[in-house]
Amino acid sequence: MNRLTPLQKKIFTSLITVFVALSFTFALMRLMPGDIVDEWARELQVQQGLTYQEAYKIATTRLNYDPSVPLPLQYARYIGGLLKGNLGMSLNYRIPVSTIILKALPWTLFVASLALLVSFTVGVFLGMLAAWKRKGFLDPCVTFYASLTQAIPNFLFALILLVVFAVRLRWFPLRGAYDIDVVPGFNLAFFLSAFHHAVLPVVAFTFQTLGGWALSMRASAMSVLGEDFVMVARAKGLKERRIAVQYVGRNAITPLITSLAIAIGGMLGGAIFIETIFGYPGVGFFFGTAIATRDFTLIQGLFLITTLAIIIANFAADIVYSKLDKRVKLE
Amino acid sequence: MIMPRNTGKRLLESFTIIKHNRRAFFGLCVLVFFILMATAGPVVIPLDMSQDFLMRFQGPSWAHILGTDFAGRDIFQQLVHGSTDVLTIAFATAFFGSFIAVLVGLSAGLVGGKFDMLMMRIIDIFLTVPNFPIMIIFASIFRINDPISFALVLAAWSWPGLARALRAQVLSLKHKEFVEVSRVMAMPYRHIMFKEALPGLMPYLMINFIDMARGAITASVGIMLLGLVPLSVTNWGMMLNFATFQTGAIYVPSALSYLLSPMLAIILFQYGLICFASGVEEIFDPRLRS
Repeated sequence: MNRLTPLQKKIFTSLITVFVALSFTFALMRLMPGDIVDEWARELQVQQGLTYQEAYKIATTRLNYDPSVPLPLQYARYIGGLLKGNLGMSLNYRIPVSTIILKALPWTLFVASLALLVSFTVGVFLGMLAAWKRKGFLDPCVTFYASLTQAIPNFLFALILLVVFAVRLRWFPLRGAYDIDVVPGFNLAFFLSAFHHAVLPVVAFTFQTLGGWALSMRASAMSVLGEDFVMVARAKGLKERRIAVQYVGRNAITPLITSLAIAIGGMLGGAIFIETIFGYPGVGFFFGTAIATRDFTLIQGLFLITTLAIIIANFAADIVYSKLDKRVKLE
Repeated sequence: MIMPRNTGKRLLESFTIIKHNRRAFFGLCVLVFFILMATAGPVVIPLDMSQDFLMRFQGPSWAHILGTDFAGRDIFQQLVHGSTDVLTIAFATAFFGSFIAVLVGLSAGLVGGKFDMLMMRIIDIFLTVPNFPIMIIFASIFRINDPISFALVLAAWSWPGLARALRAQVLSLKHKEFVEVSRVMAMPYRHIMFKEALPGLMPYLMINFIDMARGAITASVGIMLLGLVPLSVTNWGMMLNFATFQTGAIYVPSALSYLLSPMLAIILFQYGLICFASGVEEIFDPRLRS
């Protein structure tokens, strides 16, 4: 164990995490109330005129769960099914869970990446400015904004946005990802409608994360400002702007890139509140509905996807960091 | 670290420092206000949940200082009675969470070796698994209906970060003289852990305790806002759930108070905790005092 390189250690931990997540979702499947497979089998029997055995077999495939075999075999079959891409069928919607995920994922990625892009760029810019001009009025403003937004959970802010801008002023729609009268596809009307619907969720996401990015950048930039090479740059008489951007900014932003990669992974799980409030049909929205309706197959599918996203994001963060900072070695 | 024996004197000293720090004093006042509201409030202010639909969604008035809800019931009364649950969940989560974190973090740091490695892997897994979804899954699948069980579920996913930080602190303390002396004197781990290492980590722990309480408020109110764990109807999260999803209060202009009251209560409490935490930080870190 002691001889493992950081990369091997990381892979090892990731594999164990995947195993834990799989076992958790398997346990979740076993918690399903009543004998759902039996129920589905009887339904199929009536609908398609099959024998009970045939219908039962189809039902187990559809749910990716077979309670009739011994426990270890159940587990093996469950994993086997997952490896074939079978996440089961949603108990509530009666369509494959993978179909729901594929439909929901783009919306979450759209809103989350837009929100991250905005909050990261603006936050880094503000943090840099605050650190650069410690005596200016911006520095206390940034600190105050960050501590105030820490006190307001993002779903409360989302609720305020909803009431003010969607219910009262009617500037933005109440729910959905696009208007029902536009045709989803590669056309301007659809894009405009999608952006229109994304505004409030994006603002809600951005509102809270912005302060965090600004504070991290401020702290990071301040530590870089104390470095010798900045003093050398100053002594060389380089332009202020060049020192700020190429010397301080570039070095200060490096540790934040890691957090950015991790934040991308975390967005899927954090979207539950905001997407439910805005009725935005992304991963978080379906997670909320799945739990409310006790749709066990959908819960396990969404949970696995979210966990996987985080693991991949953590990996990406490490790799990116080792590429950006030559002192860190993965091998 | 020199520890004065007289606790009363120490408390007084802390209070004086808090009093001179405006932010921290504000935080303390907010905290005391909400604790009074949660403990004495329900005794002093009776809760009348009888329905009167003629009085629904009234604005603030002398009879109902915060107005009425969808069934004509007083919002202020509900806010007061709901605060007990909210505060219980917040502090119970912070207590359980810190307890697990101290146990895991300190033992991993002090024992070291294989045990440490195992604990670190477990912490990694807990930190990687998406915690909001899993908290919600646990809380709703096990049909939680009392604040303490809810707090246990939240605590089960709140401790890893603190545990890891405590372990790191212990590792740095480990080679300080006082711990080495205790080791040489063959004192039991229990003694080193609770009598030698823990007091030095106390301030750090207190700030994290407050952070954890804040996290628990956010998580519990959020989960209840979505209606996934139905606790008592007066709970702030449930009030918001009723206002948003069940009674259409967000569409009624005169019902603004029904939506705003629990919201402002949450924000004020959170902000008070943040201010108080910064005060605690200054008390224990003299370098921050101005």
